[in-house]
Amino acid sequence: MSDLTHLSISDLRTGLAGKKFSSRELTQTYLDKIDKTKELNAFILVDRDKALAAADQADKMRAAGSNLPLLGIPGAIKDMILTKDVRTTAASKILQNFVPPYSATVVNRLEAAGSIVLGKTNLDEFAMGSSNENSAFGAVKNPWDIERVPGGSSGGSAAAIAACLAPYALGTDTGGSIRQPASFCNIVGIKPTYGRVSRYGVVAYASSLDQVGPMARTVQDCAEICQVLSGHDEFDSTSVDKPVPQYVAGLKKGVKGLRLGIPKEYFIKGLDPEVEKAVRGAIKQLESLGATTVEISLPHTELAVAVYYILAPAEASSNLARYDGVRYGYRAQGSKDLMDLYCRSRSEGFGQEVQRRIMIGTYVLSSGYFDAFYLKAQKVRTLIAQDFQKAFAEKCDVIVSPTAPTTAFRIAEKVTDPLAMYLNDIFTIPVNLAGLPGMSLPCGFDSKGLPIGLQLIGKPWDEETLFNAGFAYESGTEWHKRLPEMAKV
Amino acid sequence: MAQAPSRNGKSLNGVVMEFEAVIGLETHVQLCTKTKIFCSSSTEFGAEPNQHIDPVTLGLPGSLPVLNRQVLENAIMLGLAMNCEIRRYNRFARKHYFYPDLPKGYQISQYEEPICERGHLNVPMDGAIRTIGITRIHMEEDAGKNIHDSRTHSSLIDLNRAGVALLEIVTQPDLRSPAEASAYLRTLRQIVRFLGVSDGNMEEGSLRCDANISLRPVGQVKFGTRTEIKNLNSFKFVERALEYEIARQMSLLKSGKSIVQETMLFDSATGATRSLRSKEESADYRYFPDPDLPPLVIEEAYIRSIQERMPTLPEQRSKELVDGYGLTAYDAQVLTVERMNIDFFEEVFKVCQNAKLACSWLTSELFGALNTAGLDLKRSPVSARNLGELVKLIDSEAISGKMAKTVFEEMFATGKAPGEIVAARGLKQLTNDDDIAKVVESVFANNAKQLADYVGGNDRLHAFFVGQVMKSTQGTANPKKVNDIILSLIKKRRG
Repeated sequence: MSDLTHLSISDLRTGLAGKKFSSRELTQTYLDKIDKTKELNAFILVDRDKALAAADQADKMRAAGSNLPLLGIPGAIKDMILTKDVRTTAASKILQNFVPPYSATVVNRLEAAGSIVLGKTNLDEFAMGSSNENSAFGAVKNPWDIERVPGGSSGGSAAAIAACLAPYALGTDTGGSIRQPASFCNIVGIKPTYGRVSRYGVVAYASSLDQVGPMARTVQDCAEICQVLSGHDEFDSTSVDKPVPQYVAGLKKGVKGLRLGIPKEYFIKGLDPEVEKAVRGAIKQLESLGATTVEISLPHTELAVAVYYILAPAEASSNLARYDGVRYGYRAQGSKDLMDLYCRSRSEGFGQEVQRRIMIGTYVLSSGYFDAFYLKAQKVRTLIAQDFQKAFAEKCDVIVSPTAPTTAFRIAEKVTDPLAMYLNDIFTIPVNLAGLPGMSLPCGFDSKGLPIGLQLIGKPWDEETLFNAGFAYESGTEWHKRLPEMAKV
Repeated sequence: MAQAPSRNGKSLNGVVMEFEAVIGLETHVQLCTKTKIFCSSSTEFGAEPNQHIDPVTLGLPGSLPVLNRQVLENAIMLGLAMNCEIRRYNRFARKHYFYPDLPKGYQISQYEEPICERGHLNVPMDGAIRTIGITRIHMEEDAGKNIHDSRTHSSLIDLNRAGVALLEIVTQPDLRSPAEASAYLRTLRQIVRFLGVSDGNMEEGSLRCDANISLRPVGQVKFGTRTEIKNLNSFKFVERALEYEIARQMSLLKSGKSIVQETMLFDSATGATRSLRSKEESADYRYFPDPDLPPLVIEEAYIRSIQERMPTLPEQRSKELVDGYGLTAYDAQVLTVERMNIDFFEEVFKVCQNAKLACSWLTSELFGALNTAGLDLKRSPVSARNLGELVKLIDSEAISGKMAKTVFEEMFATGKAPGEIVAARGLKQLTNDDDIAKVVESVFANNAKQLADYVGGNDRLHAFFVGQVMKSTQGTANPKKVNDIILSLIKKRRG
């Protein structure tokens, strides 16, 4: 057998079931590889003993006849998602010693399906960033070029998947945090429809935008994990009680007659010509498979970044108020009174980007500014959602675009220019604002050898079409099979 | 300066009012739901600190609120009872401030979209009815408690109460005196207890009140500058704090000074109010709709189903007692103070069918005995059925009122049924005319001399014979009948 770490989830399942390897062997292989690639800084925490114990347990269960869908298959969890008795930090100093007494619903679902947690992946602090440079545990490096960023905020998960340190990882996506790093690292990542996957136990950044999703090396692997994650959770009032289709079963449907909407506002100045070329090539490929294309307009696109940077910080300033040094988390020592305790714990505990967003959010919610900022932004958010509704109602089944305007940039290239950094999410943010499902998948490389991502945007609750279209495209291309040198060690 | 008479000519603290008080109340009612408003932790009072906690109560990362539907139902029920419009599209909002007893750094409340709006409450006041406007009722979560330990200079936090469901009820500035404020609160307490949504216990903090108070010259429409007195936790403190604040504001106004808009605290030890913070220092709560809780859309059918399950309110039941049972307004008021009073009364009535007698035996005898014994009606040793049986015995003259008191005492002491006691003690009243006549004749025979005098015209001996008959029947004879039979037998003998 070739390298175990390159196998897809269904191959792993077959191998485990056929006793070609045990879960312990598989888990051990991943753990060794994680050890050898420490320079990536993809993981904040790896619990070898716990992972191996869980693998042994899975092997025992298999021997006893269990055939849970992910039995003995390891995965990595973004450190934004709570794991019971395993430290969860959100890559922040303020939670550097926080050990949660409960697990997120998504973690419970994965474990109930038999999966094993290898460790917790690095991220931008509280998922605020597009480069994974805003981590209290240090920047993550892109396996394709360790001088470059892996994207963010789920940079650790993306780097881990690209380097074959896990078959799948969980990410969270508030403005592109699954899709943009997937694009930068040549992997597949999907942000499901808002409400499809439970947020219970997921550290909140911007509650009305946050959604958990899988990241993996193939569309089918993402579909497998998405199947396990999806569905109503009584502990999350925003999770919706809707039936979840069998994603994997429908993958071979093809794209014949599928109407692809090409938004003209997404092919603009600032879009790297090499990225545009690759995306246009992918669209041609889909057409050759039987899809049709139609130009559409999403006229409020240019306002999306501005709207996002009002609403997300507003919600963040509220969600992060609980980190006050009183009950758990970092507490400044020697405070002279309560106000001093609050100010110092928060000033010392939160990083610069988090503080910037808390201040923006506090400002836009303040009396006298609320109407002009928060309320206005909500109205524009509605207009952005209506752009998509109109396009889907009148013209197309799926929208196709680049995931990010560029390929991975150099570490430290944009840290001093937050606005330039924010613009990197220009194609992904509108999808969160509209609550739609969005997927990024590999569609080529630029002349520097850096991966390019194709974004598919679906109708609400129609992850199925994204998987089917993505699978059809992927089946006719080889991009997803390319691995960075690092993955081959 | 001439002093204008007050609106109703009453005086306050001996000073004739030339200003009238304008008072509005914001009352927090703690609901008696079994679990908290947004999680499944218990709401039980009196547990050891931090026993009723969970990830949601603690505001742990990743925790999310899920609305307890009972809270919504209770809010709608109270809204209907207070004649409010029920808002069909509801949202929760976050109210932000930092304090150690507020785990999330915000309180989940309602802001621009409260569940109930534009209602009113009829408050009985000095024999008349005052209608007080209700601005709104909204749902929110309670905070925990900080306990400051002065010995160790440390603060301890108990989060058992954090997340317990509250309804905040805001009145229009329609109240005009401390007594009216207190009467409004009592009526509100009566209603929440009738509905069973809260125990309304002020000592345990189930009912807490903030009062807004301003003065204005009588006849002026525009309101004066108001102050707000926070956290009044007894009817007495509400009245005392308002009286103090009225006097304070009046003396400022009379000396030509102006009122500063501020938030006050009432010190029950000194009976005085003191400033907590001025308007300028008041917090910006940065309200915005809580994204964790989707908007609540209330269906008409849901409201109707709540309406159908709602118990009849004290105002209506009081009216039924007067119109249907012929009780006095006073009796009706006593019986409707608590829902269990009137429920008990109706049980008694069902058995005995005599409303006046049932009311008087309940309100004077049973309430008196319970009061002396330090019990409430729920733990009454005399059941409604047994009290009804007793009244029935009295009403049918099977026993006398005097005997009934003896029987009642034994019922209260032992919990036994009245029939059982009467039978055991042979207390059954002698009411048969022939039986009584036989006793009278035997008493006549044993007192021949006195009989001769009586027949001869000495009417003062009538009382003697009545007494002898009662004695020989051990008091079981119906005194009225004894009286009548003696008179008729003497009349016969006198020819």
